[in-house]
Amino acid sequence: MKVFKGLAAAALALAASGAVAQEDTIKVGILHSLSGTMAISETTLKDVMLMLIDEQNKNGGVLGKQLEAVVVDPASDWPLFAEKARELIEGNGVSVVFGCWTSVSRKSVLPVFEELNSILFYPVQYEGEESQRNVFYTGAAPNQQAIPAVDYLMENEGVERWVLAGTDYVYPRTTNKILEAYLQSMGVAPEDIMINYTPFGHSDWQTIVSDIKNFGSAGKKTAVVSTINGDANVPFYKELANQGISAEDIPVVAFSVGEEELAGLDTAPLVGHLAAWNYFMSVDTDVNADFIDAWHGFIGNEDRVTNDPMEAHYIGFNMWVKAVEAAGTVEPDAVIDSLVGVSVPNLTGGYSAMMPNHHITKPVLVGEIQDDGQFDVVWETPGLVPGDAWSDFLPESAVLISDWRAPMSCGNFNTSTGQCGGAAAQ
Amino acid sequence: MRHLLAPLIALLLVCTAALAQPARAQEFERLVNALPEGNYADRGETVAAIAATGDERAVTVLTALLDGDLEQMNADGRIVILSKQGRDTIATDALTGEEIGEVGRRDTERIRVNNGLRRDIRAAIGVLSLTNPDPGRRLAAAEAGFRAPDAEQIPALEQALSTEEDGGVRLAMEQALAAAILQSDRPTEQKLGAIEVLADRGDRDAQSILSRYAADPELGEAAQAAIDEIARIQRLWGFGQDVWYGLSLGSVLLLAAIGLAITFGVMGVINMAHGELVMLGAYTTFVVQEVIRTHLPGLFDWSLLIAAPLAFLVAGAVGVAIERGIVRFLYGRPLETLLATWGVSLILQQAVRTIFGPNNREVGNPDFMSGAFQVGAMTVTWNRMWIIVFALVVFAALMALLNRTPMGLQMRAVTQNRAMAANMGIRTARVDAMTFGLGAGVAGLAGVALSQIDNVSPNLGQSYIVDSFMVVVFGGAGNLWGALAGAFSLGVVNKFLEPYTGAVLGKIIVLVAIILFIQKRPRGLFALRGRSVEG
Repeated sequence: MKVFKGLAAAALALAASGAVAQEDTIKVGILHSLSGTMAISETTLKDVMLMLIDEQNKNGGVLGKQLEAVVVDPASDWPLFAEKARELIEGNGVSVVFGCWTSVSRKSVLPVFEELNSILFYPVQYEGEESQRNVFYTGAAPNQQAIPAVDYLMENEGVERWVLAGTDYVYPRTTNKILEAYLQSMGVAPEDIMINYTPFGHSDWQTIVSDIKNFGSAGKKTAVVSTINGDANVPFYKELANQGISAEDIPVVAFSVGEEELAGLDTAPLVGHLAAWNYFMSVDTDVNADFIDAWHGFIGNEDRVTNDPMEAHYIGFNMWVKAVEAAGTVEPDAVIDSLVGVSVPNLTGGYSAMMPNHHITKPVLVGEIQDDGQFDVVWETPGLVPGDAWSDFLPESAVLISDWRAPMSCGNFNTSTGQCGGAAAQ
Repeated sequence: MRHLLAPLIALLLVCTAALAQPARAQEFERLVNALPEGNYADRGETVAAIAATGDERAVTVLTALLDGDLEQMNADGRIVILSKQGRDTIATDALTGEEIGEVGRRDTERIRVNNGLRRDIRAAIGVLSLTNPDPGRRLAAAEAGFRAPDAEQIPALEQALSTEEDGGVRLAMEQALAAAILQSDRPTEQKLGAIEVLADRGDRDAQSILSRYAADPELGEAAQAAIDEIARIQRLWGFGQDVWYGLSLGSVLLLAAIGLAITFGVMGVINMAHGELVMLGAYTTFVVQEVIRTHLPGLFDWSLLIAAPLAFLVAGAVGVAIERGIVRFLYGRPLETLLATWGVSLILQQAVRTIFGPNNREVGNPDFMSGAFQVGAMTVTWNRMWIIVFALVVFAALMALLNRTPMGLQMRAVTQNRAMAANMGIRTARVDAMTFGLGAGVAGLAGVALSQIDNVSPNLGQSYIVDSFMVVVFGGAGNLWGALAGAFSLGVVNKFLEPYTGAVLGKIIVLVAIILFIQKRPRGLFALRGRSVEG
């Protein structure tokens, strides 16, 4: 009974604060799955948003008002993302939403944000080929992750033969299409590229690993570029280790494996395999050390790791705060306009800026897996790389550019026809 | 003049010999101190130069560099080797061996290595340890030389070969020498001999080295012939490999499905929470390993054997609870059972997510489950082999239980004719609970095995539920032999399709084939009469 009383009291308190909130707080929506398959990745992002909002409130909030987090659970169910987004914007009246992980969930909420004219910050690396007025992409576009990683392998490891292995959905397929075009433009012969797709949650990697071994025994240095998603990575790496493929023979560079994913693995046999991100927990800067301390303090567990999408939310949230303060209002049109050009510190020691195409500038880091589950940065781009919404390596999108500033205000301007709305953008 | 010069030269020689030792040591120290400088390529050259000094400290320093334990003190720039003693990190001077004491994370800067550099270091250590008294080290040295062949290793390899007595090490050294000779400017006859040595090795590594010379005007023909021969052997073994992979996939399917063959096949209950019972087994393994890690680290290799009965009990108990609490009220109403057990599966998933968190949990592989061994040109991984054995043992135990024990007799009696069994004095309700519990317990056992090859996460069960139903429906509900035949035939067919169609299309083809098969034989491969058939 006591429990029920407590719950009732909490509910009352919440309702009361909700009533006051109409006047005194700015609401921030958090749209991340807390149950279902994607909970493994997205729960952390919900927590980091709560931490950032909490810190901002301690520093006086925004525009003199406290921020109030509104958390909903779209339960890894793509259509539910659209419903929950609508609930956040229409029902709760949030000023901005931070959320989504998979591309399909982002595509599902796009029409809602367009129709209700709100703002979404999307923190995950994705396949590009998109630029929408209401969305700000703080994760990496392919030119900020995939292409620099391939460059590293070519220059430093002398790789000449490529296996592009991915899970069968839109991000790996588009990324591999871009990579294939890029590799061929660098003079790699088509027979030196092997492309392989597997279903979600694939767990029997014996045949594929053995194929990779076979492909790698043609006398040329071989590497695997992996866009394998989520859970399927663990059995993949286990099989690699068991079949005796070390990073010195055939290195694997992954775009979806970060500190969180390694937390469920014995990493000793994986030492030397690579990942390309814009942030690693091991980055040695003061601002990162502060961030990690704050995270450990907030979550109450020293063993929790930080990862790239968390940094993306850190950047995105600070950009939004700065833009709101510059605009002096949370009114979406004003904030969208003032966001472009905003520049805030990232966790790797530099500044990231919001570009007119709603993507941001980031450094690209290549790290090798260590036996403690962390990455050791072995290479980084000399400067910041601006995110390219439309890849230059696909013929249909090479002619498109995106610029949301007036007077162009277009996400897919076709430079060859001089019109907004290129062929690739339907 | 002449007789004056001779003693002078002799004197000079003595002097240089005496000086050479300290000069070499100085050079070594200079090189080690230069390690942190420059990029990876510079560091690679420094490593080669360190190995070339032949200083006895070289192996220790290079091994520490390889393991990422060689660091530079921020305070005075000294190069130190770090080692863990309990929770503390102790630094030792790399040159003098003097212990400096405890250091913190921020006191030192690691000398970084990447993959290419690691290969160079391994080769350098290899050359230095070719004459190591331990045959295991010599073998590793020869293998490292083979992986990174270099013409400069030839004198060291020849020298080592002249005194080597261990047959296995000799062979490895000869192969390393052959690979190095191919890279050198030795005469063509020697290189042709080297190609023969590699052709005899006959594996993919040899093929990989030979491929580099396939276009060579002088060696091309011999190299191509050797490559073709190796490829032919690989293709033959490839067939065996596919069968093996199929059996291995089949054993996983069998483990996942066999519990379902009892609950769905024998009892006719559609249990959508079956996958979650598998997951509970995997989490039991995780908990057992955690307890062992913190309290009894010596028992780690036994963790799976300890976890297996516990997983059976945990999953079995949850199974009995599901049967007593929900399923027994819904007998004869398959749709409601389906929905209710689906709900149970969501509850179990979210409960585990709340207790253990949404992230993957690390379940370690005991030593006997790690690595692989070679059968001809075929790689057999230990974990897959033990899982096949485990699946067959579980199957045999279940068959024995159903056919040779009173409990099995009662189960079969209730399945075949409930009313008659009740008349004979069998407590059918209790038998139902036991049967369901048995099926659930076996699912728990499957979880122990799956924890070795898959993620231990709340989603573990979901990925197996569809496959399990496929196996049971295809094999024929109500018959364990059907599950065995179904699992292994699906596994083998899947693995034979995969190289041609890819994993995604392969799965689709198998699914369509099963649908067509079921049209022809609705009761599956092995049909059995039972309550599920009558109902």
